[in-house]
Amino acid sequence: MLQQLRLKETLRIGLIGGIVAIYLCLVGLVGIFGERAVIGGVISLGHTWLLLTMVGTGYVAGQKILKHTTSPIITVLTAAIAGLVAGSMLAGLVILGNLVNLRAVLLHASPRLYSLLTFGQGLAGTWLLPAGGAMIAAITASALLLPPFARRLLLWNLIWLLALGLFAGLLRVQMVGAGGLMAEAARFLFGTEGLTVAGALLTVGIVTLSMITWSRKGEAVRSRIEALPPTGRRLLRLAVLALVVAIVLILPQISGPFIAQVIVFIGLYVLMALGLNLELGFAGLLDLGFVAFFAIGAYTVGLLTSVGYHGIAHWSFWAAVPIAVLVSLVAGVLLGIPVLGIRGDYLAIATLGFGEIVRLLVLSDFLKPWLGGSQGVLAIQKPCLGTLGPFQRVGIPMKCYGLELAGPQYIYYLIIIAAVLVAFVAWRLRDSRLGRAWMAIREDEDVAEALGVNLVQSKLLAYGLGAAFAGLSGAIFAVLVGSIFPHSMQLMVSINVVAVIVIGGMGSIPGVIVGALVLIGLPELFREFAEYRLLFYGAALIATMLTRPEGLWPSAVIQRELRLAKKEGSSAISGK
Amino acid sequence: MIEKLTDWSITAFLAAFRISVVLIVLVGSTLILLQGKYTLAHWLDFVVFGITVGSIYALIALGYTMVYGILRMINFAHGEVFMSGAFSAYFVADALDKSGFLDKNPLVGLTLIILFAMAVSTGVALLVERIAYRRLRYAPRLVPLICAIGASFFLQYTFRGLFGPGLYAYPAVEALRGEWTILGVRILKTQAVVVVAAVLMMLGLYTVVMRTKIGKAMRSVSEDKEVAALMGINVDHVIVVTFAIGAAMAGAAGVLYALIYRQVNFFMGFIPGIKAFTSAVLGGIGNIPGAMLGGLFLGLFEAVGPALFLEGLGIVAPYQLKDAIAFTMLVLVLIFRPQGLLGERLAAKRA
Repeated sequence: MLQQLRLKETLRIGLIGGIVAIYLCLVGLVGIFGERAVIGGVISLGHTWLLLTMVGTGYVAGQKILKHTTSPIITVLTAAIAGLVAGSMLAGLVILGNLVNLRAVLLHASPRLYSLLTFGQGLAGTWLLPAGGAMIAAITASALLLPPFARRLLLWNLIWLLALGLFAGLLRVQMVGAGGLMAEAARFLFGTEGLTVAGALLTVGIVTLSMITWSRKGEAVRSRIEALPPTGRRLLRLAVLALVVAIVLILPQISGPFIAQVIVFIGLYVLMALGLNLELGFAGLLDLGFVAFFAIGAYTVGLLTSVGYHGIAHWSFWAAVPIAVLVSLVAGVLLGIPVLGIRGDYLAIATLGFGEIVRLLVLSDFLKPWLGGSQGVLAIQKPCLGTLGPFQRVGIPMKCYGLELAGPQYIYYLIIIAAVLVAFVAWRLRDSRLGRAWMAIREDEDVAEALGVNLVQSKLLAYGLGAAFAGLSGAIFAVLVGSIFPHSMQLMVSINVVAVIVIGGMGSIPGVIVGALVLIGLPELFREFAEYRLLFYGAALIATMLTRPEGLWPSAVIQRELRLAKKEGSSAISGK
Repeated sequence: MIEKLTDWSITAFLAAFRISVVLIVLVGSTLILLQGKYTLAHWLDFVVFGITVGSIYALIALGYTMVYGILRMINFAHGEVFMSGAFSAYFVADALDKSGFLDKNPLVGLTLIILFAMAVSTGVALLVERIAYRRLRYAPRLVPLICAIGASFFLQYTFRGLFGPGLYAYPAVEALRGEWTILGVRILKTQAVVVVAAVLMMLGLYTVVMRTKIGKAMRSVSEDKEVAALMGINVDHVIVVTFAIGAAMAGAAGVLYALIYRQVNFFMGFIPGIKAFTSAVLGGIGNIPGAMLGGLFLGLFEAVGPALFLEGLGIVAPYQLKDAIAFTMLVLVLIFRPQGLLGERLAAKRA
């Protein structure tokens, strides 16, 4: 019996679970969100973290033991032991915290945390932790023994409850803003934060019902779609496409400025990432200073259109954009020339140097009379659909006779058009002669050259076109914000763009969009986590790379290569 | 025809680039020397400061260069390993200072602080290696890089979560107040201690790599992993040891850095990390003496460069551009001597 429990392994899982739980407590995630409800009056976000840790512990322990046994009792018992260990470690933290003042060093080891952990019962409530841990882990493990459909049902219910609980505040604001029936529904479903109990029950009901119906009828629907004649299917596809387009067009009008702003931000990164994708995804040139071209585009538009002190031309946005794109393109080629002969990681670090040099120059007092230094370029004229009045004097915006694209709800359309355009260009480039030359360079520079690819020309075109896309993104950024500061041009932006491409899937155009949605969109929606956003961001990067190194939506070629590389790697004693 | 034209214009552009850099350097330094704004003592101060900072960069750069030599990966989280040592050692330093121990036995106290920082840094680096890097040994080049960037954020914000976002002031060591004059050169005592400690540490490392069995194993693994494995070397073990040694150096560098700048913060590792990688590349990556030289070089240029090259040209506030000088130098070295100052020690073709 004891041997069957595989105590050593179970203890290890329990210990890791306990360490994760203690980490979450000490880093402040439990304490800070101790009052923030996921389901009002039932569970707070702080407790949810711990609950999920215990569920995870139970899940891993259960999965591991199920490989060696089929007995339900042993499975549940093992998971319970793991949960017990993890819970006891938390209890240990509470006891230790009551004996020693941990707070002198660790900011979040506060009495509030201990009271949250013991549900307000003080030291007497410490036993709740191991007991609760064991119970939750055991329940999770018993859920593992259920038939597959029931497991899926539980999982999806959990996911929906969590997602709605997390986004409740955001959804509520949006729905109440819409007024009428929507507002009533919002008040019924959501509290100021988190779901209401009734809302949670309703969610469970709807998820369960729809899953059961789908499992009964889903097959029939799918086969009926497949049975449609080609014209019918095409019609269906067109209808879906039309629906998507319609949603995209009216979205900012119904969702309000916040969502529009988030989408515009995603769009800016999509533009930049599509540009870098030409260099990195297609041609394999890693550029860590990409923000330089974003900055060049933004400053060009800023200087040309600003009515503030630094404005030099007082042009309209539409006249300035082509110039900005052109300037970025030239800058891309010029910065590309010196690094033509540099390869691999050296290229990454050289371009990183370029990016930093541009930022430092813009920030410096030396160029302040022209670029504004740390105070930036202010009072950038908004784009105007119509005619623009004459320039009067510094600080007074020019009058727009027509529709002024002020605010994210209007810039939204601008960015959508730009993104569609750029995606189209990128897509056509990929299949062009130039695109194939890039891919040849990515695979092997020397072989490509031997086969007659003009390295200099192809590489410079990659740098130039990529930079032009980034310049366009910068130009739109300048009119979105209305002022530009060197602080928006951090190395962080370049790193983000690389991450968007790699997470989305190298060289894949839809991948870039998915990557931007996940890496730029999600963190924007989690504003309330402010200081923890980058913690999650880092964890998500690591997790994605460990589990899906080819990216979320990989291009077919890269995926095939990775599989091959993996096979070779695991068969050799050690790879190169 | 067009190809010839592009070739010609590229050559012209590069030549113009070289000439303008040389001109800026020559004209700037002649002008400032003619102006006589700074005396010899000033220049010596700059040089001493440059050597101090440079030796810290060199210590951090060792970790980059060793890991790169063996795994061919930029360990982006190395700057955070440096930060973790300095940050956690702050609490030891603070406790020692408050109890009065640090002022009574400065040498023992400092050694204790440095040892603690080295231990923490090593622990953090090994955890990162175990969790984030080990499974990616055979993945394409970019995958571990992104993973390392993720680890870097994760560590930064973990420390922010654990200890808070504020700046913590490192205690001043009483015995290190004031300055010494060696051969007519004034040196702050802290600077002297930092340089001596860094040099001792580097000598130790060099002996380990060149003279011991594990050092030999490390060198052979960086030469060729497969053959090393066939020779009975436990490659995984060597990689772990490499990470540990590099991290220990970074931890020590963290304390030395804190001794000079006197404050720690969760974000402090980012810039020195990038500078240290720059030093590693400058010296020729994978090359241990190269990393040391690259660090010193970078520190010197940063300290002397703004005054020497830029101020004479009438540029306002040239010190804001010291990082720009460092990066310009990096780009120049990469363009005109891509294998670094001392040449890289990489067996396989990098691509």
